[in-house]
Amino acid sequence: MGKTLFERVWDAHVVAQQPGHPALLYVDLHLIHEVTSPQAFSGLRARGLGVRRVERTLATMDHSTPTLPGGYAAADGPGAAQLRRLEENCREFGIELHGLGSSRNGIVHVIGPELGRTQPGMTVVCGDSHTSTHGAFGALAFGIGTSEVEHVLATQCLLQTRPEPYEVRIDGRLRPGVTAKDIILALIGRIGTAGGTGYVLEYTGSAIRGLDMEGRMTVCNMSIEGGARAGMIAPDDATFEYLAGREHAPRGQAWLRALERWRALPSDPDARYAKTTTIDGSALEPMITYGTNPGMAIPITAPIPSPEAAPAGTDQPTLEKALRYMGLQPGKPLLGQKIDVVFVGSCTNSRIGDLRAAASVLRGRRVAAGVRTLVVPGSQQIKRQAEAEGLDRVFREAGAEWREAGCSMCIAMNGDQLQPGQYAVSTSNRNFEGRQGPGGRTFLASPLTAAACAVTGQVTDVRTLLADGAAAPAVGRA
Amino acid sequence: MAQFITLTARAVVLAVDNVDTDQIIPARFLKVTDKAGLGGALFCDWRKDPAFVLNQPAAQGAQILVAGDNFGCGSSREHAPWALIAGGFRAVISTSFADIFHNNALKNGLLPVVVTPALHRELVAQLGREPELQLTVDLEAQQLSWPGGAATQFPIDPFARDGLLRGIDQLDYLLGHAEQIAAFEARQQA
Repeated sequence: MGKTLFERVWDAHVVAQQPGHPALLYVDLHLIHEVTSPQAFSGLRARGLGVRRVERTLATMDHSTPTLPGGYAAADGPGAAQLRRLEENCREFGIELHGLGSSRNGIVHVIGPELGRTQPGMTVVCGDSHTSTHGAFGALAFGIGTSEVEHVLATQCLLQTRPEPYEVRIDGRLRPGVTAKDIILALIGRIGTAGGTGYVLEYTGSAIRGLDMEGRMTVCNMSIEGGARAGMIAPDDATFEYLAGREHAPRGQAWLRALERWRALPSDPDARYAKTTTIDGSALEPMITYGTNPGMAIPITAPIPSPEAAPAGTDQPTLEKALRYMGLQPGKPLLGQKIDVVFVGSCTNSRIGDLRAAASVLRGRRVAAGVRTLVVPGSQQIKRQAEAEGLDRVFREAGAEWREAGCSMCIAMNGDQLQPGQYAVSTSNRNFEGRQGPGGRTFLASPLTAAACAVTGQVTDVRTLLADGAAAPAVGRA
Repeated sequence: MAQFITLTARAVVLAVDNVDTDQIIPARFLKVTDKAGLGGALFCDWRKDPAFVLNQPAAQGAQILVAGDNFGCGSSREHAPWALIAGGFRAVISTSFADIFHNNALKNGLLPVVVTPALHRELVAQLGREPELQLTVDLEAQQLSWPGGAATQFPIDPFARDGLLRGIDQLDYLLGHAEQIAAFEARQQA
């Protein structure tokens, strides 16, 4: 029997496997940030251990970094102390760091691919659940805890029980206004937040093939929100085109050898998955969440579900609790719901294509009175590119704030956050209670939808703005 | 790592499904550089409600949390088990756990106990009648029991169980494979 992409990458990284024990899995790329690493470095120090492979380790600062200019001076006391600690740890252990002020600084899951460090067939880990993003390249990439960060620093290995492969097949051509974000919200809405527990998702089908690498990263990024260990997409020409010429991509003969290896990665035709879910991509609509986990997602034109008709993975009391927190009425439309804040950013949707999509809606329009709109690029490189394209001017002229790179309002531990009771439309990945600030209420959606909501000041179907003569925003690959 | 052999303690029921790690410890408490002192941050936002279960006198001294389905979903923050331990908990009983939380808990001597929905319902009902009930989680026998109830087996990965019973750290196990790791690296370079 053939192998799936996941099985091939897994098998190639098993260092040792004793019967009844978890596998020792080798890690090709270990990404580090300031929040989940300090205790791991303290652990190394306490045991007198070093970092086994510094060249396979890359650090950035993103979670606690201020997105206002000013670097460390703009961070609060504990945030600045945490950033300084990462700097000290990287210096002491010899790890490459793209800290505040570096032209390569940015969100860990944005810069890994951007620098060409993330490559097909690799194992990639980071003390961050959205490490699943890197699976867009056909890498096996997953989030780990701080104890495991210490394990990887010391041994370049992890103890892992093998998950099962789960195929998510999405065929069909996406309709205008429907993006990668809508695909993944539709999936999680279908399977619930635990539907992928114990599995590695592999996204297949023509709708996935039709996405560019940024869209594929958006899809893989939120695999964890469906409970999956990781999400993967088989590498193809789009993958290779994205990687060619990037700073750490192989060159010359090494590139040709790499291509040969990468082309052998996709799942065999007779490979078997433990589970399969299929979605008709051509039937998808722009999606939005209404509740307090990403599984509480609906087509934007649909009514808010009633507790009697609770979706997958949600029982009646859970849904009632969520609607109470959100201040929403079951059975009512979400369209027209007034909002206070729009956030375009995060490791899910802060790449150049996301910014272009938001700008395509905002160009020549104004953010509604009373709505605060934050546009936060995922990296300094993206910030420079957006500015070279004049996107920053589009955002500023529309009345939005244009910020420095970072996690910003997705995690609300860096100064950017909602006030209690505020409603936000956010391109980030989590609508958990208080995620964007205590008492804050989050609707997750695509950059197109977020921009449309910024213009009207209420939950809006972006297709109504596309129809009135505005240039159709670019969606997916040309 | 703290050893876990057997625990007899009172339990508190948190009857909510899909409790994410942002609720267990909100992100604003993650600006720390050590593991200690996170007890005050545990369920900090939910604790603002006087009616919240952990604010009730009956919750004081409870070392077992009986939680809803898919406990610990979301962020990979190991601060979640650190905060639960600092808050006095040694075991969490649920019908299912999110993967990363499950791994993180085991590495810190916080025992995730998976039970069937039927047993979970029975346990919640029993604790509703008798909040002072002492549960026993016996890792050696892999049994959950309480006075007047039948002992029930619970599953756990044998490798993790062995580590918890002996209080040994997985890092020691990994470091013991230095030769195999070096050989793997040599093969990968070739």
